[in-house]
Amino acid sequence: MANITYIEASGQATTLNLPDGWSLMQGATANGVDGILGECGGSCACATCHCYVDEARLTDLAPASDNELAMLENVAAERRPGSRLACQIKATAALDGLIIHLPEMQE
Amino acid sequence: MTAHIVIIGAGQAGVQTAEALRAGGFAGAITLLGDEPHGPYHRPPLSKAWLAGDIGAEQLVMRAPEALARKNIALRTHTPVSAIDRAARQVKLADGSTLSYSGLVLATGAAPRSLPLPGGAAQGVLALRSRMDASAMAERMAMCIEKQLSVVVIGGGFIGLEVAATARKKGLRVTVLEAAPRLLGRVLAPLLSDWYAALHGSQGVHLKLGAQITALETDRQGAVSGVRLADGTLLAAGLVVVGIGVSANDQLARDAGLECERGIVVDACGRTSDPVIMAAGDCTARRLPDGSLLRLESVQNATEQGKSVAAALLGQERPFTATPWFWSDQYDKKLQMAGLSSGADQWAVRGDMDSGSFSVYHLRAGQLLAVDSVNASRDHLQARKLLDAGVSPTPAQVGDAAFDLGTLLLK
Repeated sequence: MANITYIEASGQATTLNLPDGWSLMQGATANGVDGILGECGGSCACATCHCYVDEARLTDLAPASDNELAMLENVAAERRPGSRLACQIKATAALDGLIIHLPEMQE
Repeated sequence: MTAHIVIIGAGQAGVQTAEALRAGGFAGAITLLGDEPHGPYHRPPLSKAWLAGDIGAEQLVMRAPEALARKNIALRTHTPVSAIDRAARQVKLADGSTLSYSGLVLATGAAPRSLPLPGGAAQGVLALRSRMDASAMAERMAMCIEKQLSVVVIGGGFIGLEVAATARKKGLRVTVLEAAPRLLGRVLAPLLSDWYAALHGSQGVHLKLGAQITALETDRQGAVSGVRLADGTLLAAGLVVVGIGVSANDQLARDAGLECERGIVVDACGRTSDPVIMAAGDCTARRLPDGSLLRLESVQNATEQGKSVAAALLGQERPFTATPWFWSDQYDKKLQMAGLSSGADQWAVRGDMDSGSFSVYHLRAGQLLAVDSVNASRDHLQARKLLDAGVSPTPAQVGDAAFDLGTLLLK
């Protein structure tokens, strides 16, 4: 389980308690957090679940795969050092308290 | 009458249309009608994570009801439509009630083709399209595991091969039967078809190409027990998966007199032959400038047409002209396709096929038509740019790993 805080581009913040194994994309879409589309359903194929992870916490996450790094080159909003795809980040206890910011656009 | 846009179909195209209407400033009423009991969900994981039992229903949700409600999109699940009255601009629901519309969007999807053979409708003969289909298939797979029965997949297309991969992951014995001489013959280059045949073989799938099926055998209870081939062979099976393609759900449109041919015929903006009726997604067939019809069955087509249709309803031109793309996950291999490969006369490979990370470039008379990438997302994304720009590398440039194809885009 992990408490994850999503901050939308509007500033709207939502904290969700995600079970282990849920992706951060799944948490957002299942709970009505706007700002994450996840068009491909979590296959790392569309780059519409772009998020900015608090850089200080990046090392708590499993590193991005080559596939994810490639798809991150195709995000609609600015790519930053903390850019990740939310469908590729799975909730674990190590992520508890993580804050992610959502970009203004996903496509 | 106040503005009311009715969208028939609450899948990818329907949801995209509704949200794009709001994003585009539409202030009237939007009703999103779905015939399934649950709200919008992601279909791509059905043949993989869902079938494997790795995720639950909540993880499949595409849009939570509250997210749609916030956008003032009225979702009505379990609400099949029985007819469209174009003269009265009304939709008749299966319960006998009617809804008036000022604009109508058909996002009715497609349905799996059934097997036109004896036994083709027997218990245990299943296709995969909806969440319920996938759940029924997962249950049948569990029964096969318990009773040590095999799975036979009819059709070596994307759905069939993804299901085969998931079944192998569960430890089931799997045979894939394909009528054509190679897998995915309509989309992949022959050398990539061979590569996928080898991949499935290495994962323990028994593959029969050029297979001719004469009947499905059933037991006394009417459940499928095996697949009979033309050469007399009987393949025992507790589950037969039918993945032989889909047909557009265009019956409502046909009954209403809209132009249909292999789907609801639309222009590049998703307009049908009725000016206040649009269509988007798997139910459509797009009329191209040369008069031919293009049918695409993909998430990208659903989202792009959804956006085009919303724009058209708002009086704007937003044709969908981007390069088509698609993907398929099988085992740990991600196939990403860009462009349309039909008509290719030459193929060139970038990367080492034995390494499991490479791309196949389809060319016709020197012009790049399509690129299929396996575990090579950078090639795929670059291919979309090359195709969008109409830029073609030579086969020698494709084969030269030291040559950056991206430089072709700078000229």
